[in-house]
Amino acid sequence: MKLLAIPAEALRAMSLNGLRTVLTMLGMIIGVAAVVLMLAIGQGAQNTVNQSIASMGSNLFIVLSGASTSGGLRMGSGSVPTLTFADAQALAQIPSVKFVAPVYPGTAQLAYGANNWSTGVSGTTPEFLEVRNWPLDSGHPFEDSDVRGATRVVLLGQTVAQNLFGDEDPTGKTLRIKNLPFMVIGLLAPKGQSLDGRDQDDIAIIPVTTAQRKLFGNQFPGTVRYISVQAKSAEVMEEAEREMIQVLRQRHRLAESAENDFMVRNLTAVAQTAAGSAQAMSFMLGAIASISLLVGGIGIMNIMLVSVTERTREIGIRMAIGARRRDILLQFLLEALMICVAGGLAGVLLGVGGAWAVASFADMAVEVSLSAILLSFAFAAATGVFFGFYPAQRAARLKPVEALRYE
Amino acid sequence: MPLIRVEKLYKQYEIAGGQATPVLHGVDLTIEAGEFVAIMGPSGSGKSTFMNILGCLDTPTSGNYFLDGENVAGLSNDELAALRNRLIGFVFQGFNLLKRVTALDNVALPLLYAGLSKSARREQARDILKQTGLENFTLSLPNQLSGGQQQRVAIARALVNRPPLILADEPTGNLDTQTSREIMDIFTRLNREQGITIILVTHEPDIAHYAGRLVRFVDGRVAHDGDVAGHAEHG
Repeated sequence: MKLLAIPAEALRAMSLNGLRTVLTMLGMIIGVAAVVLMLAIGQGAQNTVNQSIASMGSNLFIVLSGASTSGGLRMGSGSVPTLTFADAQALAQIPSVKFVAPVYPGTAQLAYGANNWSTGVSGTTPEFLEVRNWPLDSGHPFEDSDVRGATRVVLLGQTVAQNLFGDEDPTGKTLRIKNLPFMVIGLLAPKGQSLDGRDQDDIAIIPVTTAQRKLFGNQFPGTVRYISVQAKSAEVMEEAEREMIQVLRQRHRLAESAENDFMVRNLTAVAQTAAGSAQAMSFMLGAIASISLLVGGIGIMNIMLVSVTERTREIGIRMAIGARRRDILLQFLLEALMICVAGGLAGVLLGVGGAWAVASFADMAVEVSLSAILLSFAFAAATGVFFGFYPAQRAARLKPVEALRYE
Repeated sequence: MPLIRVEKLYKQYEIAGGQATPVLHGVDLTIEAGEFVAIMGPSGSGKSTFMNILGCLDTPTSGNYFLDGENVAGLSNDELAALRNRLIGFVFQGFNLLKRVTALDNVALPLLYAGLSKSARREQARDILKQTGLENFTLSLPNQLSGGQQQRVAIARALVNRPPLILADEPTGNLDTQTSREIMDIFTRLNREQGITIILVTHEPDIAHYAGRLVRFVDGRVAHDGDVAGHAEHG
């Protein structure tokens, strides 16, 4: 009963000074709302980045053909097709490597009935889908036997299927690529945008041998443009990279002094950078918002100090009629705490509402997480205790005689 | 056992510069339960300081103060607060009611610190307000009441814990003669009918005459202790 009596006194004192209480609370409301909103925006950005990264596949390398020099002109990477299907098969033997997918990409016109569509056609092996972490919506992937036999089968991305078949299920249909008939054996699951904004669903996948021999033949039989490699785990990335370079140098019979005629790129590093910067942004937004919460807390301390001074005589009266120091301490501490908790609640509502508004009007990815709400709320309460304690202690330390004499 | 026994009470205030100003020079006094004592003396004579010490609002520099048999000197702040709550009712010159708090809640306030439930607090406060003739003003705020009514609310607040001792510091100082008489009648009745010990500081000889015993302070010492008649007129 006494436990409730002191809070009731604190509540009454607050309601007697309604306007001031609300204004003080406003600092808290804005601070908490800012924290909730900023964390939501940061979390949203982080999620977007993480999704893009996950859609790319994890622990990835890409092995590209090297640069060539022709008559003093350096032609840029990939200008000489030095990588072959056999290179890919050799890389697959490395213990730290999980999946290897050689890719021979090209662009071709696809036609089905009256519709036609130009898209990137990637010749590759069944492992490609594993490396890219890409399930099928319907149908089945092609097999190693399709690669050996260079069969004319194709897997379609969502965008391609949409443009050629509309809402029809393309599986089992026959379409034409560069006028050659291909059987659609599967529909890839949607993947959305890549990190650089490309539509990953605008793709057709065929066996690598079919691409080499029947669609995009060139003067270097058996070559591929690049090889996607997935390492067994993040821990063995460095080891895999070292071994791949060793194997490829050996296969390409490069002298000790010769430069690599290929390049191994670690895609995870790129992804980590992107994820890291998203996290840094999220952290920074949270930090800035926390400052407003801190300012709100200082506002509360300021008001509580004024309140203690203003109510010195009241404190004296309460002490004279039997209030102990801890009663006074508790009352003022509770006043500060209630302001913070009430302000914190209102701030959470405002922050969640703001996040919703940002999500619907600014079309941003925003995620309000429960942990962010709890965190900012706990921070608000802690602010109340921290900034309320000093004024409350000052009130409790007053001497009854002096407090009573105070004008 | 006397209600109040004070032995060799000294009090001095430290002022800036390290010089101590003595206020009380060894006061010895005994007050029995049920007495009505008026304390007089010129300003600076130490009577207010003495009252503050009696009220456990201030502590003596040296000496002993036994209140209801207990030596107050060794008590902590919280123990003193509990003692004030249980044994002493205060009535001040300036009423010292909480502004913007109703008469009823002002009166009920000591019971809050005594640990009573809200309904019990309200009930007792209402009873006491009836005794002081304010049953129609329970929900009034102090600034809606006259000075006399405010002082009656303050007396009700002092009484609500049923303390054996009431300390009144110039309770009629801000009141007109007629109202002062009404207030003093209440004190007299409390003293006679309920046996409450009353100690009252005043400047006015008229007021002192309500008491049964006069203690006069001069320069921090008791200059007179005894009959009121013939000794109250020096102001």
